[in-house]
Amino acid sequence: MSGRPMRDERLSLIQAAFVIARRDFVAILFSRAFIFFLLGPLFPIAVGAIAGGIGQQVENAAAAPQIGLAMQARDIDRMLAAHASLAPRMGQALPDMAVLERLAPGQAFDAASVLERREGNWGGVLTGTPAAPVLTVTGERTWWAGPVALVAAVADRTAPTAYPEVKTQTVATSGASDTRGRMRTAQVGQVILFLLMMLLAGMVLSNLVEEKANKIIEILAAAIPMDAVFLGKLFAMLAVSLVGIAVWATAIGGVMGLHGFERLFGGAISLGGLPEPGVGWPMFFLLAIVYFAMGYLLLGSVFLAIGSLATTVREVQTLSMPVTMAQVFVFLFATLAVSDRGGWLEWSAMAFPFSSPYAMLARAAQESALWPHAVAVLWQLVWVAMSIRFGAALFRKRVMKSGPRLKPGRRFARSAPRPPGPGA
Amino acid sequence: MSEGLGERTAADNAGKQLAIEARGLVKRFEGTLAVDGVDLAVPYGAIYGVLGPNGAGKTTTLRMLLGIIDPDEGERWVLGHSNPQAIARAIGYLPEERGLYPSMKAYEAIAFMGALRGLPLAEGRRRARALLEANDLGYAAERQIRQLSKGMAQQVQLLGTLVHEPRLVILDEPFAGLDAINQGKLERLIRDLAAQGATVIFSTHVIAHAERLCDSVAIIAGGKVPYAGSVDAARDRIPAQVRLETRHADGPWRAALPAQARREGAFWHFPLPESGVEPLLRALIEGDAGIQSLSIERAGLHDAFVAIAGEAAARALETAPEAAR
Repeated sequence: MSGRPMRDERLSLIQAAFVIARRDFVAILFSRAFIFFLLGPLFPIAVGAIAGGIGQQVENAAAAPQIGLAMQARDIDRMLAAHASLAPRMGQALPDMAVLERLAPGQAFDAASVLERREGNWGGVLTGTPAAPVLTVTGERTWWAGPVALVAAVADRTAPTAYPEVKTQTVATSGASDTRGRMRTAQVGQVILFLLMMLLAGMVLSNLVEEKANKIIEILAAAIPMDAVFLGKLFAMLAVSLVGIAVWATAIGGVMGLHGFERLFGGAISLGGLPEPGVGWPMFFLLAIVYFAMGYLLLGSVFLAIGSLATTVREVQTLSMPVTMAQVFVFLFATLAVSDRGGWLEWSAMAFPFSSPYAMLARAAQESALWPHAVAVLWQLVWVAMSIRFGAALFRKRVMKSGPRLKPGRRFARSAPRPPGPGA
Repeated sequence: MSEGLGERTAADNAGKQLAIEARGLVKRFEGTLAVDGVDLAVPYGAIYGVLGPNGAGKTTTLRMLLGIIDPDEGERWVLGHSNPQAIARAIGYLPEERGLYPSMKAYEAIAFMGALRGLPLAEGRRRARALLEANDLGYAAERQIRQLSKGMAQQVQLLGTLVHEPRLVILDEPFAGLDAINQGKLERLIRDLAAQGATVIFSTHVIAHAERLCDSVAIIAGGKVPYAGSVDAARDRIPAQVRLETRHADGPWRAALPAQARREGAFWHFPLPESGVEPLLRALIEGDAGIQSLSIERAGLHDAFVAIAGEAAARALETAPEAAR
């Protein structure tokens, strides 16, 4: 034996947490289950991609709504000719037109009844003459009046017959496209953050079942503070999650680089079209990692405390439903806030600790200022500390059925040496 | 156990100091009184047994001594500290409910338990392999815990309890689940630990282990400690039994026998009178008993335990409604 005396004091909170985190991290990383963990996100991505591809095909296959022409034969021919001449210039802006019925002179036609019968693919019916067209449409297609007027004017030869050549200059962005595009970046960022949190933070729910089932908790409780067990498990799972994210990001990056990700799944997945976020891509990714860590620690500490109530996998499954629903509500709240820039909804989402990471990531996509992120990270750190503290107390109370009296400083107090007295 | 326990300070082994002292420990679980005013005094370097029937409060008492749970009332001092967890590096604990990570290798499990008590992982691994070799388990070092038999896993956990060379070793029902050979090995191990200066306290409901090993015992029954002291003193609580065989069935010598004397076959059995064996012998000889054989048998710890725990159980029964309230 070494013969080297060890100090009697137990490990500090951080040292003990490190021992637990190291054990958990290694145990998870070198388990076969970790392979399934890494493959996990492939399933929702594949299902989403396949569903998206199918949806795209269905949408492409569905015929675009048409305007049915119910006019005298001569007027119909003039309208179709005018439509043919304008279509190359107007593209998608010009609704498709087709013959509904060639009317005899003076013949009446009930356009509304055609639409009400929901026959064919008619989105509207055009009656009258090119000089006095009557368009019957549902409310959402009243904008067709403009293109129809242009077609009618050309058919009636009252429109100009020669159009000047318009030279186009393409720029990267504009105020309008930036705002709209960054909102999309914000939403995509939030969705990815939500998916990662849902996939990863929920795992801590079942993190104590092994210790409780195998009675290891007694050994841990005798040697180190239960707060350290709590912290160690939380940070081990965070580290495992970050490894997983790094692997996924590397894999996705590799696939994109090698095979052109845009073309995968029939183009259903498109990442390249996202505009640059307000803070720039490097800072956005950095903030995404920070907000993931903050959100993970916040949710994870709550989940770990809740998970300590469970003693079996079945109980964990029962607990996971309300936990997942709570996550969804928080996500929806943060998603709503994206559309309310500067409004109370956005401020509430940024202030509420559990939605703050989502809301701030969205802000990083939309705004270039960095100082709000510094404030937000500090604010979230305060809540992370409180959440861990409260979660650890609850955790200790539930796991050992002997809770601390929650006096400030009591749990972390050092032992007092024994005063002189009988028996000493 | 061939490995030593490292250096210990002189103060540790100072005869009059107490490794553990508990005064009036009380613990309730959801209104039920589990431990009711336990007092303990365990000297440094002693092998100390905590004896009691199942559910007597032994494990709860040990958990309070370890700081796993806090007492509702009373105080305890472990190696001179009021908060036992603050000196966790000096303590080794084998819980009653054994627990190891099934996927861990045997030597890693031992090293992990050492790491929990502050032993660097590399040193823990080195010691773990040495301990396994020294205990004829070297071949199992690389095996996962789930691949070991229950007895082997139990030995691995015991080695994990000792790998950091604790000065105080607390074992909760350590003999449970071990076969006779391993029980013998464990007894030797406990003696070795004490010989090297460690204080060993263990709980058991098998009196024979305590009788063979312990210097002192505490008997717990119904959450109380009706007796705490040396094994000899416990045995002395019951008078020695005299076993007498005579040639003559009757005669004046019968007056020398106490009233409790009972005959079983050719032998008379009765407690040794307080006046001692010499006046008894004299009376028997003078009364012409024709002594064929006379032996004095000292009471065993088991007899003492039954007598003491029985009385305590009766007292606990009388006070049960009050305790429940």
